Amino acid sequence: MTSLSITDISDYLKEQEQKSYLRFITCGSVDDGKSTLIGRLLYDSKLIFEDQLAALEKDSKKQGTQGQDIDFALLVDGLAAEREQGITIDVAYRFFTTDKRKFIVADTPGHEQYTRNMATGASTADLAIIMIDARKGILTQTKRHSFIVSLLGIKHVVLAINKMDLMSFDQEVFKKIGEEYRLFAKGLGFEEIVSIPLSALKGDNILKISENTPWFRGPSLMDHLESVQIDTNEAEKPFRLPVQWVNRPNLDFRGFSGTIASGSIAEGGEIVVLPGAKTAYVNSIISADGNVRNAEFGEAVTICLDRELDISRGDVISKVDSRPEITDQIQAHIIWMHEVEMLPGRPYLIKTNNRTLDGVITDLRHRVNVNSLEHESAKTLALNEVGLVNIKLGQKIVFEAYVENKTLGSFIIIDKFTNATIGCGMIKFGLRRASNVHWQAVDVGKESRAKQKHQSPKLLWFTGLSGSGKSTIANLVEKKLHAMGKHTYLLDGDNIRHGLNKDLGFTDADRVENIRRIGEVAHLMVDAGLIVLTAFISPFRAERRMVREMVGTGEFIEIFVDTPLEVCEQRDVKGLYKKARAGELKNFTGIDSPYEEPEAAEIHVNTVEFSADEAAEIVVNKLGY
Amino acid sequence: MSLSHLKRLEAESIHIMREVVATAQSPVMLYSIGKDSAVMLHLALKAFAPGKLPFPVMHVDTTWKFKEMIAFRDRMVKEHGLDLIVHINQDGVEQGIGPFSHGSATHTDIMKTVALKQALDKYGFDAAFGGARRDEEKSRAKERIFSFRSEGHRWDPKNQRPELWNIYNCRINKGESIRVFPLSNWTELDIWQYIHQENISIVPLYYAAERPVVMRDGQLIMVDDDRMPINEGEEVLHRKVRFRTLGCYPLTGAIESEADTLEAIIREMLLASTSEREGRVIDRDTDASMEQKKKEGYF
Repeated sequence: MTSLSITDISDYLKEQEQKSYLRFITCGSVDDGKSTLIGRLLYDSKLIFEDQLAALEKDSKKQGTQGQDIDFALLVDGLAAEREQGITIDVAYRFFTTDKRKFIVADTPGHEQYTRNMATGASTADLAIIMIDARKGILTQTKRHSFIVSLLGIKHVVLAINKMDLMSFDQEVFKKIGEEYRLFAKGLGFEEIVSIPLSALKGDNILKISENTPWFRGPSLMDHLESVQIDTNEAEKPFRLPVQWVNRPNLDFRGFSGTIASGSIAEGGEIVVLPGAKTAYVNSIISADGNVRNAEFGEAVTICLDRELDISRGDVISKVDSRPEITDQIQAHIIWMHEVEMLPGRPYLIKTNNRTLDGVITDLRHRVNVNSLEHESAKTLALNEVGLVNIKLGQKIVFEAYVENKTLGSFIIIDKFTNATIGCGMIKFGLRRASNVHWQAVDVGKESRAKQKHQSPKLLWFTGLSGSGKSTIANLVEKKLHAMGKHTYLLDGDNIRHGLNKDLGFTDADRVENIRRIGEVAHLMVDAGLIVLTAFISPFRAERRMVREMVGTGEFIEIFVDTPLEVCEQRDVKGLYKKARAGELKNFTGIDSPYEEPEAAEIHVNTVEFSADEAAEIVVNKLGY
Repeated sequence: MSLSHLKRLEAESIHIMREVVATAQSPVMLYSIGKDSAVMLHLALKAFAPGKLPFPVMHVDTTWKFKEMIAFRDRMVKEHGLDLIVHINQDGVEQGIGPFSHGSATHTDIMKTVALKQALDKYGFDAAFGGARRDEEKSRAKERIFSFRSEGHRWDPKNQRPELWNIYNCRINKGESIRVFPLSNWTELDIWQYIHQENISIVPLYYAAERPVVMRDGQLIMVDDDRMPINEGEEVLHRKVRFRTLGCYPLTGAIESEADTLEAIIREMLLASTSEREGRVIDRDTDASMEQKKKEGYF
């Protein structure tokens, strides 16, 4: 290379511009030698600079696990915590180039508690290298990694059977593991599985075929990575452009920007905008190269139409003859990514490729045991668990199954309060129920029913600890309202649990379902024109907010019966606190289950300062009837 | 036929920028004037064409940048009709903070990290684009494209939001913000190739020319103005040098080079045996220095 001339450089650059690109992920457990493998790939393809090498040699002596030899893993394990603990805790992205290809490697942790990180790395990868320690063969974690890889839709797998040097490069060991793996992976939908015997530490079969494995015909790992054909027929699939942003710099220009999710489009082509279903023709296309006649999968474009249509972010533009589906109920696999468990019934935010909307998981069909791939029944999903769920969305989305179109079939789940990304999902199909069950339109409405009763319907939601005085105060408030001639109904916690909700226990999941049902019943009663009073502990903000959103604006009045835990425990009217303290009652709010205080309750009553009757008076006065 | 790697990177960056504009209340582009900023600006102009940039660009000026950088910045502003904000930490100026008097660590902290936080708070920006790349440094390799910052602009590497596909979580609560790195997946070579392919203007300091320099602690430091003290035993040399990376002139080492064309720079880069940030004084302080700085709010 030292003799590289300027003309060579021009040729070189032209060549580079045509280079293809491969993103892959490496999966393996702590000791499988994953980081070592990547370090080795970088080192052997001469991509480590002198200063990095010097730093590496220094670090290897200080923290390395290879004695005086270079510890390649240190090159890859970037964060200080990881270097200290000697493990990879997050996804790291590495870049290298060979004469034939450019590569981005997602190096992801292998422990079960890092399934989410693996899924993250796999979501953008075209190929997966699954590392196996030749001494141990196929382990539970190999199955887990393979399942996640398959779930995220990767079709090309390299089975890297590592540490062959410790098994005397025995062909039988290699063969046996390969055969066993193929048998296991039959149902996972991989198009190609290539097994390679390796020693990442010593470099065997990394760049070229090793003399230690004369029985292995190849390819070497690098040869395979450089030549594997990832068949993306995305450009041949039907045209899909999720509208990401409407470009309106002035009154004369109106363009719709987005990245083409599949297919191609040409100037003059007829399109349809979904879910609205209005059609138009393409006037012009602006790509990164300026005005172009056509554009295809992967390009970020702005298209202008021949007529004014009301199009916004969240819409999807397709060709008229092959349209994606529309639904507000989907069935999907989700991977839970947060310490706080997934609860059916709890409202979440769902972010698809181009829009964010409300969503509720209505049904957890089953949990997939990521180690055995067996389906298990479950009520919730904990961190790193995978499940098949039904989701009801706040609005209709334009979608395709994940296996058909990754862009239109994927979503993330966001916590409404912390905004953390708490899960991700891959759509299996749309549920038809949405279009079949319509809300019955009736002629006599809420308004006319309320008018007849001379009142504005309300939902008075009393919340507070057990023994705080919710039921007592709610009872007194109802009496006072009744005396004023109001039409009321009191839903009390204990009474509901004897009937409507007698099948529910006190786990977090059951508590959420309890409140959801009560919310629905209260909603119907408010619709009937009543003033509904409820007295439930309702410990979670998310569920109180869910009910708030069920009824009309201004109809939900949250009343926080604020009694300190010590006072409730002292009163202990039903003797429940004593039982909970003794460990006879599990999941008792305030003791071993949390109570989330309201942040902005409409009415706040303090039962230490005021008697129950005074508190009821305060509530009635505030209502202003 | 699938897109070449540069086309794929280009589309990805444009997608990221549009996502921010579609979802953030008040975005801003941090403009450091270097080659990465030049590429980021070029991509942004493409993303929002034919309109102008739908957000301002902001330069956090430490007052120690090369003169040629400032001249180049002002030229770009004029050429592309940019809405430029320049922020200087006035407290720092009043205290006379500078790299010569206070050392690189204090100077960078006060004039860069603190200044940046001041500026973001002052204008209430909730999303800020930066030109950092994952291949630059180990802790950056693990940072998200949409990097969440808690109140006080702190980065928590152990508590990053999972980032899947090209679906980015842009949601924040009041006081929190997001740093967005559209060039995360570009390498240094990609940047140069793209500058070549697209004929993007860059600061002339990247090209070799005869410049006055002093050899100090093994680095060639350019004498850009008369604030630079010449120590005893030091001699101002006139050498043909260029810069692989640009920052505050007292903290940026030059390399001797004959590369005065883009092709020659790329050729030199391909033959290089040290990584890019070698020329930057701040990274060498401690082992995990970048990670620490990022936790404190540095870009």
